[in-house]
Amino acid sequence: MTRLILSRLAQIAITAAILSFCAFLLIALMPGDPIDLAIAGDPRLTSEDAARLRALHGLDQPMMARYFAWAGAVLEGRFGHSRLFAQPVAALLGPALLSSLELLGLALVLAVGIGVSLGALAALRPRAAPLVQALALLAQAMPSFWLGILLIIFFAVHLGWLPAGGDGGWRFLILPVATLCFAHLAAYSRHSAAALTTAMEEPHIRTARAKGAGEHAVIFRHALPNAGVPLLTIAALDAGALVSGALITETIFARPGMGKLIYDAVMGNDFNLALLALLLVAVVTMLATLAADLAQRWLDPRIV
Amino acid sequence: MRVGLTLLTALAIAAVSAPLAALYLGHDPFLPDLFKRFEAPSALHPLGTDELGRDTLLRLLYGARVSLTVGLIAALAATSIGTAIGLIAAWRGGFWDAVLMRVADGLLALPALPLLVILAALDPAVVGLPRGEATSDMIRIAVLLAAFGWVGVARLVRATALSVLAQDFVRAARAMGVSEVRVLTRHVLPQLAAPIAIATALAVGGAVLAESVLSFLGLGIAPPAPSWGNMLANAQELVFQAPLAAVWPGLAILFTVLGCNLLADGVSRRPVR
Repeated sequence: MTRLILSRLAQIAITAAILSFCAFLLIALMPGDPIDLAIAGDPRLTSEDAARLRALHGLDQPMMARYFAWAGAVLEGRFGHSRLFAQPVAALLGPALLSSLELLGLALVLAVGIGVSLGALAALRPRAAPLVQALALLAQAMPSFWLGILLIIFFAVHLGWLPAGGDGGWRFLILPVATLCFAHLAAYSRHSAAALTTAMEEPHIRTARAKGAGEHAVIFRHALPNAGVPLLTIAALDAGALVSGALITETIFARPGMGKLIYDAVMGNDFNLALLALLLVAVVTMLATLAADLAQRWLDPRIV
Repeated sequence: MRVGLTLLTALAIAAVSAPLAALYLGHDPFLPDLFKRFEAPSALHPLGTDELGRDTLLRLLYGARVSLTVGLIAALAATSIGTAIGLIAAWRGGFWDAVLMRVADGLLALPALPLLVILAALDPAVVGLPRGEATSDMIRIAVLLAAFGWVGVARLVRATALSVLAQDFVRAARAMGVSEVRVLTRHVLPQLAAPIAIATALAVGGAVLAESVLSFLGLGIAPPAPSWGNMLANAQELVFQAPLAAVWPGLAILFTVLGCNLLADGVSRRPVR
């Protein structure tokens, strides 16, 4: 187990390093040198001033030197300044991450809960199976941003029951969480239906029934835990997709999370913030995948 | 599968016939007409007009051309790259297999959309494409989507190719002196037809969805070129004036992805010959 954790952490570190290098390279190719932008804003700056500023900030160094200087600063914890929000980057990342985790956590719990319930319904009541399958198909094909807009139109504009966006309490979470979880419950429902059907035919279920266990106990204590292991695999694979969905949802509902932070940073040409936010999101996603894999090994000790 | 094929064929025909529809209805989908904003559906404008007075149905059909073209190109590129890499990984084995699969796993572990958002903001002038034209936007997005889409195809192809390469007829062919290239192209590749078809169908649906997301966020096809994604982005700003404008592009995307998924499902269910 320790070897797995250590090797995975090493993999995460290497992937993050490669990602940071590639992204840094690409950002250097972006339009909008920060000094050019400063010159555009202040016509009194001469070209000597521009050269002096470039030397001061190290922008005239070769690419590799700039990258290593930046990487060294990041590893020491100096994340730099955000031009767009006029704040240190470190002050922006924390609250955004918490907001995103709130949305993602709730959406994941609901997606798993509703998905597994629907799958169980399909497995245990075969007449409902085609309906559940159709719902899963629809949920998988539906673009999540379309669902978000439709929910806003119906619940916020037409009915006026819920706020259309923003942050500030549990009422602001309902529509974004609904949007995010609907798109992801298809995979859980389909796999839990299949896994539960297989689990219910296992011999130990028959033994439990023969020993007099009620149907409730049979399902919840014997069948579902065994069906739970493949669900963790799906959760691990789904982590990246969930974060991507959170970016769309946060942008539509104007929630101040990591996704919206990256989007705003890119649109505002603040690439330092975008790069750091991307790295944080990537590392958190990979850590979540690692956590799901560890939970899987804890649930089923037979997995190496 | 038949439902999926029907859906997709209908969409393809609709997309191809967009100029004919424009001729029939007599409107120009790119020409604003500010006297006719937000008209209700009528015989002249079957789905009404949008915020600049352009016919919604025609923009939907032209958007179909853009979205489906980008989706198809991205999916075909992703499938070609993925098949080549999966085949090489399965055939060579050992070091190359490990390296290629590590790269694939690394790409798979990262959240795709935040990366795409940053990459999509790249200036196309850097690689020599003219900025601001719809074609360069389409190429840029297709390349980006293919760069992420090859991973799923590669893993599927590698798994199937490994099992095919272990079979006896491959050993027999090698023993008979057939060159490796011929073994791969004439004996192994035909067996991979089913997984490649499934992966392509899913990739098309995924690419159309991803292109819509990027256009919706403003990083894909830019207006005035219509794309289902940027039509939805417009609709989001007009929820009070024209709530129904959000329905049609989303429905189109839904049908496309549904058709692709049903097609992939149907192909995977066909008995292996």
